[in-house]
Amino acid sequence: MKHAFSVRIGPVGFRIGSDWRAPIAALETLYRDYPQPHDGIPDFTVRLFARRPWRRFIRPSVEIGGDYMLPEAAPLPLRQGLLAAEMAMNLQMALGARRYLLLHASAVERDGRALLMTGISGAGKSTLATLLAAKGWRFMGDEFALLDPATGLIHAFPRLISLKNDAIAAAEAAWPDARMGPLLPATPKGDIRHMVPDARAIALMDMPATPALLLFPRYGFEAETRPVPPAEAFVRMTQASTNYVALGEAGFRALTGLIADVPSVAVDYPDGASAIDQVEALWSAL
Amino acid sequence: MVGAVNDARLLARALADPGSVVGLDAAGWTALLAMARAEQLIGTLALRVDGLPMPDAAKAILADARAAAEHGRRAALWEAEMARRALAAIGCQPVLLKGTAFVAAGLSAGQGRSIGDLDILVPRAAIDAVEAALLAAGWEWVKPDPYDDAYYRRWMHELPPLIHRERDRMIDVHHTILPLTTRVTPDAGALIDDSVALESGLRTLSPNGMLVHAAAHLFADGDLAGGLRNLWDIRCLIDEFGTDGLDAEAQRHGLSREMTRSLRLVDTLFGDRKASGTDRLYIRRITARDGWGRPIRPVTRLAFYVRSHWLRMPPAMLARHLWTKWRKS
Repeated sequence: MKHAFSVRIGPVGFRIGSDWRAPIAALETLYRDYPQPHDGIPDFTVRLFARRPWRRFIRPSVEIGGDYMLPEAAPLPLRQGLLAAEMAMNLQMALGARRYLLLHASAVERDGRALLMTGISGAGKSTLATLLAAKGWRFMGDEFALLDPATGLIHAFPRLISLKNDAIAAAEAAWPDARMGPLLPATPKGDIRHMVPDARAIALMDMPATPALLLFPRYGFEAETRPVPPAEAFVRMTQASTNYVALGEAGFRALTGLIADVPSVAVDYPDGASAIDQVEALWSAL
Repeated sequence: MVGAVNDARLLARALADPGSVVGLDAAGWTALLAMARAEQLIGTLALRVDGLPMPDAAKAILADARAAAEHGRRAALWEAEMARRALAAIGCQPVLLKGTAFVAAGLSAGQGRSIGDLDILVPRAAIDAVEAALLAAGWEWVKPDPYDDAYYRRWMHELPPLIHRERDRMIDVHHTILPLTTRVTPDAGALIDDSVALESGLRTLSPNGMLVHAAAHLFADGDLAGGLRNLWDIRCLIDEFGTDGLDAEAQRHGLSREMTRSLRLVDTLFGDRKASGTDRLYIRRITARDGWGRPIRPVTRLAFYVRSHWLRMPPAMLARHLWTKWRKS
């Protein structure tokens, strides 16, 4: 394609091709400290393209494609090209990843052990991970945690952190020196701003961690924690995994292993500061 | 040399001559893998090149593809078993078609093959009972549109697609192998009579029946989407069963032209035959894929798309069909 960029995020290599320069330029800047795909061969190809040739210039509209595609994916305006690239990369993972069980969760690590936080959009996965990382945890990812069925270890996938709406200010306050992408107002998911994970997260991204705690955070409630029974945790995680069904038996074994080995706890929290205290208390009680 | 190939001939060569991948550089591997994914042949490729020296990154991607194909095989066989059980009650033994048939019979064409829907062939006289039995066993309609539904029932070679509400898998129930509107009329009864029983209580077409069906599907029906995979199926079937009696079988179904074209194109794409005449156009269409996995040659693609509708319907009917579709969209 006319413009192209390659990058490796954790164990996963991507090649992104684009009909326009702008999305590639944004990726080059924000991913400048990331390595190249292993052996120069990416796991996934992403394509950002114009449906019709004149759409490159007149009201340019970015279609999302690649190795794996959703027929109903709506195009985005060119000024949201970076978001289109990130969505397309996530889509390849969600539909195509087979080496790892994908958990829709953020992850941070301390002492070689991983803390996983899962939940619906708006539960605070990304925000909590960035806040904890500001307190000395190693950031492993805010979208997907990669569970290796062969080892039971969690691999990091520290892509750009996708901050939405109020979370933008919270993250900027916690990480005043962080490198940020452009503010993308009024996207289909609200205002979005991408933040580059800190240098340590990138430097250590090839180091997996043993899962130690699985949290189900919920924002906007009185502070409370309660254990989640294993059967419930299992079912919720099957729903939080995009490739659980595709992995078949390997996925079942990986997930039942995780749930059996790691305590699952629901965490209701009213604000970031309380959440940090609740998480630290649960962690030190392990 | 490899660098000169900028379409899916790179993939065809890797399938036919796995050793050809040994010299690939990173860009060559990247292009090959993207094409193979786009043509739904990555599982097949993975099995063909297994064990050859290659970069670790390519090895890991192909190991994933092999695992995915193996899981796909199990799921397809389970789906076939579910259909067998549902139809056993009405005394109907379905004949498996395409990918599921290849893996159920353990054929080389099934090795690594991606399998989507379950395709089965049943006698036309049994179609109402089959439909009722499947609905009773948990399959549901996919297309609620009354025009589409009526169109399928009147003119197509299959029921409107059904999907299983728990397993989320589609089944295509065929009563013959080409739409009724096509100018060619294969003898579906003969295909069923000659079908072969498997130990599992399921059936497949005879080897020559499979070949004729593959050729019919490729050249007398669709717009050649997935053509490379179809031709690879044909090549594997010929390798395994030879071509004894194939001419007579093709003739019986009025598909001699399609069958001989298939054999020529297999020799061209996977051998060293030089394409001539209209075969060149077919090769151009079948290999219309670049190293980014993108469809290329839009004019050729459009021509084959138009051709597919032309083959499928007489002109007046085609006009009426497109008019109805256009009004509804």
